[in-house]
Amino acid sequence: MVGVALVAAAVAAGAVACSSPERNATGAYTIWDPYPQFDTGSDWAGLLARCGTAAGVTVTRTAFDTTDLTSKVLLAAQQRNPPDVLILDNPVVSTLAEAGVLATTATTHLDTTAIAPNLLAAGERGGQTYGVPIGANTLALYYNEAVLAEAGVQPASIRDWASLTAALAKVKASGAKGITFSAIGTEEGSFQFLPWFWGAGGQLTALDSEAGVAALSLWTDWLARGYAPNSVINNTQTTSWQEFASGRYAFAENGTWQLANAKKTGFRYGVIAIPGRTGGGAPAPTGGEFVTIPVQRNTERYTTAAKLASCLTSPDNLLATDTTLSYIAPTADVQAQQVSANAELAVWVDAVKAARGRTADNLGTSYPKISEQMWKAVQSALSGSRSPQAALSTAQSAAAVATR
Amino acid sequence: MLAVTDPATSQSPRGVAEPAASRGRKRRTTGQLTAWAFLLPLVVYLLACYAYPLYRNLDLSLRDYTVRSFVQGDAPFVGLSNYRTIIADPTFLPALLHTGVFTLGSLVFQFSIGLAMAVFFHQHFRLSATLRALLLTPWLLPLIVSSSTWSWMLDSEAGVVNAALSAVGIGPVHWLTAPGWSLASVTIANIWIGVPFNLVLLYSGLQGIPSQIYEAAAIDGAGGWVRFRHLTFPLLRQVSAITLLLGLVYTLKVFDIIWIMTRGGPANASTTFATWSYQLGFGSMLPRFGPGAAVGNLLIVAALAVGLGYIRSRSRWGDV
Repeated sequence: MVGVALVAAAVAAGAVACSSPERNATGAYTIWDPYPQFDTGSDWAGLLARCGTAAGVTVTRTAFDTTDLTSKVLLAAQQRNPPDVLILDNPVVSTLAEAGVLATTATTHLDTTAIAPNLLAAGERGGQTYGVPIGANTLALYYNEAVLAEAGVQPASIRDWASLTAALAKVKASGAKGITFSAIGTEEGSFQFLPWFWGAGGQLTALDSEAGVAALSLWTDWLARGYAPNSVINNTQTTSWQEFASGRYAFAENGTWQLANAKKTGFRYGVIAIPGRTGGGAPAPTGGEFVTIPVQRNTERYTTAAKLASCLTSPDNLLATDTTLSYIAPTADVQAQQVSANAELAVWVDAVKAARGRTADNLGTSYPKISEQMWKAVQSALSGSRSPQAALSTAQSAAAVATR
Repeated sequence: MLAVTDPATSQSPRGVAEPAASRGRKRRTTGQLTAWAFLLPLVVYLLACYAYPLYRNLDLSLRDYTVRSFVQGDAPFVGLSNYRTIIADPTFLPALLHTGVFTLGSLVFQFSIGLAMAVFFHQHFRLSATLRALLLTPWLLPLIVSSSTWSWMLDSEAGVVNAALSAVGIGPVHWLTAPGWSLASVTIANIWIGVPFNLVLLYSGLQGIPSQIYEAAAIDGAGGWVRFRHLTFPLLRQVSAITLLLGLVYTLKVFDIIWIMTRGGPANASTTFATWSYQLGFGSMLPRFGPGAAVGNLLIVAALAVGLGYIRSRSRWGDV
């Protein structure tokens, strides 16, 4: 009851705040982001404050844990009290757009022309765009130079699945461990499986296609032959990284965000793109956040909110922000600047260029339902309870029912 | 306070009795108001922290919530449709079975180990108090610490348990990643956490049994097992029943241990109603509040049924 009263009071206060005209142009604008690691003294917080000053308003920032942010935004939207600017993990954009929480870029006049289309795709739904990516990350293969040298494997020789599997066999014969990844029963497991699934030519609308079965058989086979540890079934991307950081593994599938940790491992490492089934780089899923503007009752607030959002995604600020976050920028110009500043990023820029949005192709809110069945199928096959074909057939029929 | 009457008014003549009575009535109503005022914080607390969340959970489970209708607040009433959805779900039967195995397995072992230890410590040997205090550690550790530690110990690759097994020549067991083992592993971790709770309650129960009874039994020539079987066990019945009831209510809703150790996996092999409810409501990017709340309500009903069964059986035994 007390809670209800407080909520009612907050909603009433919000309504009053919206209807008072003098607070339209000036006053406090709220920004929510999923970067709790940055405190008030950080560059990120400084950037938000500067963007506020440039737009002539004061900015109140609140940082949430990523997993927490979605439910917090849903609750705030339910109480008609959403933030003015919201920075959001990209696969959640279509869910919140479906909920009617986000305003389209057409309404808010946000410019998206410079953004790479494959990155923008995660924010598109039914012909409308719901935000601007602030940066992207994706997956690639880290390798341990010493382990590969010991096994007599040239990293450059890995071009497709066959050459990767052959390399793993050599590594195992040399006494080291092959590859570690994360196949846990959450979104992380699907995220890590997708480069192989897409790299075989799989489509999320047909999980049990020949391509899908080939990708899952590749992983299952690696486990059966001891090229990958059984612990991958329970590995998060963090625990998988810890296995790689032990120095006993030749390869690890992991993300851009581990670059800073890679320097701390104490051994020489390199990065190659995840190979496609028959060669070329496999499309990996895009990670990273979008800058969005939630729907407001008072549409006059959009002008200032759009100024804030544009400031955050302006080329100079993108470079600074993406360097802090260890992300790849979403525009070609800034990507080029990043590579010229740090040549190590070139492979990541290529990976991001080849990457795909999980909710793209108008999958939108169907993606979470498909993804859940996909990670279950991966777990069933890797733990040996079902064959890859049987696991994916079950997953496909369950996904078809869920998305009908 | 209400019973106290002013001697002056009670001795006053009949004519003045009228205002005195009304004054008494007024005092009684003031007293009642005071009583209600004292009751009010509790009532508000019960309504805000128990009744309202329960009502909301019931309401959630009876409506068709999508992210859109959650925000707009216009979720249509769908009756028992969410309950039909979860019962028809292929996860329902495995989750029911796992919840049963996890709960019963945990209770049987927690109780028997706890009882054995309680009897053991009841003999008051040297250092028994210190040892008993040490055994309480699992109960004091934050669940996230103990489950992460278990998860690390049982890891297929780097776990200390498999290292110990391989030292004695036994091949690695995939404790957390094999469908046949993951439920057993989380149950073992939960037993470890629950033993101290059983130990403490049963130990205090043992202290309530008068030592003369044992002395009399010893004079009659009863051995250790006979004394345990025919004295300790029956006399502990009340304490045992409440220990098991509390253990059951606690175990039914165990979530953290399973979620941290296996996420209910591999592929639902260790999913219980508690983790399934969380998985539905918060585990994916697209929350399904309705079915999630429905699973949670089934757990509440199960705990309530056992609680009522306990109250009935207690009234049948009578108060010993």
